[in-house]
Amino acid sequence: MGYFAKSPWLLHYDGSSCNGCDIEVLACLMPKYDVERFGIINTGNPKHADVFLITGGINTQNIDVVKNIYNQMGEPKVVVAVGTCATSGHFFSECYNIIGGVDKVIPVDVYAPGCAAKPEMIIDAVVKGLGILEEKKKKMSPK
Amino acid sequence: MAKRTVIPFGPHHPVLPEPVHLDLVLEDETVVEAIPNVGFIHRGLEMLCKKKPFQDIVLVAERICGICSMIHGVGFSQGVEKVMDIDVPPRAEYLRAFWGELSRVHSHILWLGLAADAIGFESLFMHSWRVREMVLDIFEETTGGRVIFDVCKIGGVRKDIENEILKNRFSQQIDKIEEEYSKLAKVFTEDYTVCHRWSNVGVLTKEDAHKLGAVGPTVRGSGISQDMRTLKYGAYEHLDFEPVVENSCDCYARTVVRVKEVFQSIDLMRQVISKIPDGEVETKVKGTPKGEYFSRVEQPRGEVVYYVKGDGTKNLDRFRVRTPTFANIPPLLQMLGGCDLADVPAIVISIDPCISCTER
Ligand code: SF4
Repeated sequence: MGYFAKSPWLLHYDGSSCNGCDIEVLACLMPKYDVERFGIINTGNPKHADVFLITGGINTQNIDVVKNIYNQMGEPKVVVAVGTCATSGHFFSECYNIIGGVDKVIPVDVYAPGCAAKPEMIIDAVVKGLGILEEKKKKMSPK
Repeated sequence: MAKRTVIPFGPHHPVLPEPVHLDLVLEDETVVEAIPNVGFIHRGLEMLCKKKPFQDIVLVAERICGICSMIHGVGFSQGVEKVMDIDVPPRAEYLRAFWGELSRVHSHILWLGLAADAIGFESLFMHSWRVREMVLDIFEETTGGRVIFDVCKIGGVRKDIENEILKNRFSQQIDKIEEEYSKLAKVFTEDYTVCHRWSNVGVLTKEDAHKLGAVGPTVRGSGISQDMRTLKYGAYEHLDFEPVVENSCDCYARTVVRVKEVFQSIDLMRQVISKIPDGEVETKVKGTPKGEYFSRVEQPRGEVVYYVKGDGTKNLDRFRVRTPTFANIPPLLQMLGGCDLADVPAIVISIDPCISCTER
């Protein structure tokens, strides 16, 4: 992919993460990694977002919140699961309150494992997600 | 009487890094009551002690919170070590204190950034996090992780730092961090906007702080000198420091406490570097824990209490954590009563809430 056809906006939600992955997501937006120079910005509004970054596994309380945010996002959209908790549930899947990874409730396009996922990994995952976003867009547009 | 309105705040809210829900009862623009609703990140970590051997729970404890992970590990290990009567080698204790203080620096700078963001001071937020990356560089080099370290284990630590590197390169790096941080600290304590937004906001009187059981910078900002490190656990027995106390009882006081504590931690790290003894970094662990112990350590956010109870098998019988944010929620509700709606984010942030600790 040579250049981004659009400036992708991110939405970040903390599922049941330990904070480790959240602060790494935030660190991507900070001066050292600074993804804003690629036009990637973090928004708080699901309707504005193209990429849904989710950290932490799914538990009984947040399952509806995650589904709700996902459904509010406009098409096309990409879901990125950040951290081992979000990709598979980590060892927390043995806890009584954890259902598992994010893909148990919503379709996930890119997995970025790691505990915590490093900023390089998160940026890489988002860039991969953008490719998928483009493809989804092509499929949507009428011939 | 003005009409009452209830405004839901969270769980997904742009100013909150983590999901928590507050129902704010308003009379015009003034908050009269705040009703919390927590549990969005509850995982049920404490029950894992029944499924995993006690040595592995250190890793679980570190993942209670990604910001103060190191100190969680230390708190838990200390509890088990006391139950099993294990003597930790002095070098390991010094290393724990070194990483612990480094975590405090990273956590406080992170918080200062978020607090600046909560009052809309974006550039200060960015600069704080830029300085924080210098701290994370040391972590990455010594432990391999940036936020989760896994270096603490029962009986000591997993990794050693060479004296040569500690005494030369890291002390220089710490000097550099201090230099960069001093510039930030000046803004946080002297800038007009910052002082204006935080002074006389979210007041928690000394009596209330005591009565409601506040801990950490929240209680120290209300004029009470309470710091678990004064219990002299681990290497703190050999290190000199005085708890930082401020008396103005508002958000500004809590900020100043944290600003000063970063300098204090830098000083403690220098003491560790100059005093660290040579030797082993771990002892062999034999047997299984039988008995119970309350371990209390000081997190960046305040006192954390670990209760461990072993029954002589490889799985602990009970493992319980009382985290600082949990203790600080009643004081927070007290501070919110009577404040302006627009000040809610600044006040909520001022106790440095860590929801993943609270709900585990
Ligand atoms: S993957 Fe690790 S760092 Fe990330 S949320 Fe889970 S436990 Fe925390």
